[in-house]
Amino acid sequence: MMIPTVRYSLLFSLLFFLLSCGERSADNPAEQSHQAAVDVIEQPELLVYSARKEHLIKPLFDQFTVQTGIPVNYITDKEGPLLARLQAEGDNSPADILMTVDAGNLWQATQIGVLAPTTSTILAANVPANLRDENNHWFALTIRARTIVYSTTKLASGDLSTYEALADSGWSDRLCLRTSKKVYNQSLVATMIAALGEPRAEAVVAGWVANLALDPFSNDTKVMEAIVSGQCDAGIVNTYYYGRLMKSKPELPLALFWPNQQGEGSDGRGVHINVSGAGVTKASKHKQQAQQLIEWLSSPAAQVMLMDLNQEYPVNSSVALNAELASWGEFTADDINVGEAGRLQVQAVKLMDRVGYR
Amino acid sequence: MVIDNSSTRLSASQPPLLPGSPAVAVGRRWPITIQSLAKFAAIATVLMAMMPLVVILLGWSSDQTEVWQHLIATQLSTLLRNTVVLGVAVGIGVTLLGVSLAWLTVMYEFPGRRWLDWALMLPMAMPAYVLAFVVLGLFDFAGPLQQGLHALLGDRYSYFDVRHEVTVILVLVLVFYPYVYMLARSAFLSQGSEVMEVARVLGATRREAFFKIALPMAKPAIVAGASLAVMETLADFGTVAIFNYDTFTTAIYKAWFGLFNLQAAAQLASLLLLFVGIALVAEKQSRGKGRFTQSARKQHRFRQRLSPLAAFAATAFCLSILSIAFIVPVLQLLHWVLLEGFEAVDQRYLGLLSRTLILGAIAAFITVSLALLLAFSRRSASAKMRTFYDIGSLGYALPGSVLAVGVMLSFAALDQQLIAPVMEWLGIPSRQMLVGSVLALITAYWVRFLAVANGPVDSSLQQLKTSIPEAARSLGVSGLPLLWIIYLPMLRPGLFTAMVLVFVDVMKEMPATLLLRPYGWDTLAVRIYEMTSEGEWQRASLPALSLILVGLLPVILAVRASARR
Repeated sequence: MMIPTVRYSLLFSLLFFLLSCGERSADNPAEQSHQAAVDVIEQPELLVYSARKEHLIKPLFDQFTVQTGIPVNYITDKEGPLLARLQAEGDNSPADILMTVDAGNLWQATQIGVLAPTTSTILAANVPANLRDENNHWFALTIRARTIVYSTTKLASGDLSTYEALADSGWSDRLCLRTSKKVYNQSLVATMIAALGEPRAEAVVAGWVANLALDPFSNDTKVMEAIVSGQCDAGIVNTYYYGRLMKSKPELPLALFWPNQQGEGSDGRGVHINVSGAGVTKASKHKQQAQQLIEWLSSPAAQVMLMDLNQEYPVNSSVALNAELASWGEFTADDINVGEAGRLQVQAVKLMDRVGYR
Repeated sequence: MVIDNSSTRLSASQPPLLPGSPAVAVGRRWPITIQSLAKFAAIATVLMAMMPLVVILLGWSSDQTEVWQHLIATQLSTLLRNTVVLGVAVGIGVTLLGVSLAWLTVMYEFPGRRWLDWALMLPMAMPAYVLAFVVLGLFDFAGPLQQGLHALLGDRYSYFDVRHEVTVILVLVLVFYPYVYMLARSAFLSQGSEVMEVARVLGATRREAFFKIALPMAKPAIVAGASLAVMETLADFGTVAIFNYDTFTTAIYKAWFGLFNLQAAAQLASLLLLFVGIALVAEKQSRGKGRFTQSARKQHRFRQRLSPLAAFAATAFCLSILSIAFIVPVLQLLHWVLLEGFEAVDQRYLGLLSRTLILGAIAAFITVSLALLLAFSRRSASAKMRTFYDIGSLGYALPGSVLAVGVMLSFAALDQQLIAPVMEWLGIPSRQMLVGSVLALITAYWVRFLAVANGPVDSSLQQLKTSIPEAARSLGVSGLPLLWIIYLPMLRPGLFTAMVLVFVDVMKEMPATLLLRPYGWDTLAVRIYEMTSEGEWQRASLPALSLILVGLLPVILAVRASARR
C-alpha cells in the first residue's frame, strides 16, 4: 500500500510542478507588458467575455496592450453561456466587455440588460448608424456578408438574381444550405421577415427547403464542398468561409454572387450583412478603459488587422479593402439596422421550424 | 494470468488489526461515529450534486406554454423518435460490441490477444466529436474516399451522403463501447474460469455456460457500462450537431440560443432527466435480488485455444474494431497535423497540457472518493435513501452546457446571497469568490461524472465477497481502518477503472470547462473548441491528437495495473 501511495504523490507533485511552470512561463504577453507599464502608470486589467475565438482576438489585444499599457484578459465561450454568466453575475461580474458575433446576440445582450450605453464621438464617427445599437449599447466591429455561392461549371452569374429567386421551382434539387440552427441563417431569415413580411418570407423559406438537394449541412464549408462535388449548384454562405476555402484550394470552380442588387423594393434591398461587435458591460469597473479598447478596435489600424485576420469587411469606411476582399467585387448592402435581426430572431426560428428547415 | 491476491495482502497487513479496540467502542466513546459522519457527508454530496438539477427544475416557474405549443406543432415527434432510436441503438450496440470483445479477450487465446486486450480500451481516449469530424472528413463529398472513387470512375460514380442516422449510431457506439468493454472485462476476469469449468463439467454447453452463468454474473457491470454509454449519448451535442441529427439535446440548445429562452431549455432538459430517471429505476428493478460474489479460492485462468480459422476471425474482428475506432482516426489526425504544421505549438502549449492533466487528476480523485462514499452509504441505506443517493448521478444525462449553467447559476446565487453579505459584514470589498474559480469547475466535473465513477465502484463493491470484511469486523476492525486495510486494497481494480474513466472524461469535457474556467485555465478541449466551432477541423487536429495522447496515459496506467494483478 505504501509504495503506490508514494508513487502517486510523486506523480501529483510532478503535475503541480508542470502546472506552475505553465503559469510562470507567462502565457500572457499582456502580463509582461503590464509589468513594463506599471512603472509608468498603474493600469487596470480589462476582462473581455468573447464569443470570438482566441486566434482572432489575441493579436489585437496584444497590440492594444503594447500601445496603451492596458492589459487585456479574455474568456472565450459560446454566446449563450457567456450571456447567462454575465446575467447571473450581475453587478459582481468581473467582465468589462462583451464581444460576440451576430447582431442578434448583441441585441439579446441589450435586452437582458447586461450592457451599458457608451457615449463616444469616435465610435459615432467610425461605426455607421445602422451597425450600432440605437442607444449605443453595442457597436459593430466587422461586417460579414451572407451571400450566394455558385458552381462556375454549372451556372453563370446571369442565372442568379435574389435570395428569393432560389425558392423558384426551377431550383428543385439544386440548392444546398447550412442548418437553420446556425444564427447566421436565423438573422438572414429575420431580415427577410423585415423586408418581405412574415407570410412572404415563409413562402420563400419553404421554397428553399423544397429545393434542397441534400439535408442541411453543419457548416458553410461543407455547403461549398457539396457544390464542388456536383451535389448542388448554389448555396448561401458567409464570405470569409469562401475566402478561407479558396485560399487553400484556389482552383475550385466556385464564385460569389451578390444578390438583390437591382430592382424595386425588396428585390433591390442589397446583400444581407451581419456583424461582429462589442459593448461595455453594465458591471464594468473600468468603463473608461473598456471604451478605449472598443474605440481602438474601430480605428483604421485595428480594422486592417481584423480584415486581414479573418477576411471580414471593416466597419470603418476610411479603411481600404485588402486585395482579396476587393477581388470579390463591390456590392450594395442591405441598410436595415442589424439589430432588427435580434428583434425578429425568435419569429425567424419558429418560421424555419414550421417549414421543416432543419 | 489473474491471481486474486487480496487474501495474501490481507494476511500481510494483519498484524495491525489484531484484536484491540473493538469497533463498537468507537461509537460509545464519542457521540459522533464515523458511520454517522459518512452518512452526513454522503447526504451533503447528493444535495450538492442536486443543486444544478434544482436550478434546472426552477425553469418550470415560468410559463413557456407558447414554446411547447410550437415544439409540439413542429418538431417534438421527430425529436422523441430520434432520441429514443439513438439511445436504444447505441445501448444495444455498445453492449453487443463491448461484451463480445471482452469475452473474446478473456476466454480465448488468439494471435495478438495479449496486446489487443489493452489496445481495445484505447478508443476511450477519443472524444466523440473528434471521431465524428474525422469520419465526416474521410467519407463526405470532399473526403479522400469519395474523391478517389470519383477520380477512378469519373462521372459514372454517384456520390453518397455519409450523414445518416446509421453513421451517427456507429460513431457513438465506437466511442462509447469501451465503457462496457472495460467493466465487462474486469467482471469476466474476476469470475475466474472455474465457474465455467464447473458448468461444463455439469454438462452445460459452452453457449449455455455463457448465457446462464457468466453473463448473469457480469450483468451488473455490463448494465452499468451500457447505461453510462446511453446517458452520454443522450447528453451528446457535438456529434449530433456535426451530422445535423436532431435530438432532444439539439432542441434544448435551439430553445436556448435560437429562441433566447433558457427557461424553456431548462424545462426540456428536466424532461430528459425524467426519462433517464425512469430508465434507471426500471433497470434497478429488473436487476432482481441475485447477488454474486467472487469465489474464495485463488483464481486461475486457462484461455481456450481457438482453431486457426476461428483464431484468425477473432483477431480480424478485434483488429478491425480497433482500426475503425482508433487507428484510422489517429492517422487521419496525424496527417492533418502534418498538413497544418506545428505553428500552434508555443510555450503556452505546455500549460495547456499540464492544466488538462491536473484538472483531470484532481477531478478523478475527488469524484471517485465521493462515489466510494456514496457506494458505502447506499449499502446500508433503506430503499428510499438508496433512490435519494441515485439522484446524485443524474447530472450525467444532462447536456454539458446545461449542467454547466446549472452549476454556474447555483454558485452565483451562493456568491450573492451568502458570501457577499458575509464579506460586507467583515468589511472586505465584495467580489466573486465562487463563479470563475477552480472550485466551481471541479464541482461541475464531479457532479457530471459521479455516475461514471459509480458504475465501476458500485459493481466491484457488489462483487466483493462479504465474508472478508465480516471476518475483519469480527476481529474488531471497523470504520476507517476497515476501509483502509480491507476495502481499498480489495476494491483497487474497480477504483482504478473509475479513476481512469473519470480522468479521461474530464479531459475531454468541453462545455463546463469553457463556461467555468478561470482566466488562464485553458485546456486542450478549449483549444479544440476554438478551432472546431468555426468548422476549422483540420486546425483542431493538433490539440485533438494531443488530447488523445494525453488521454492514453491513464489508460496505459490502468492496463499496467490490471496486468500486474
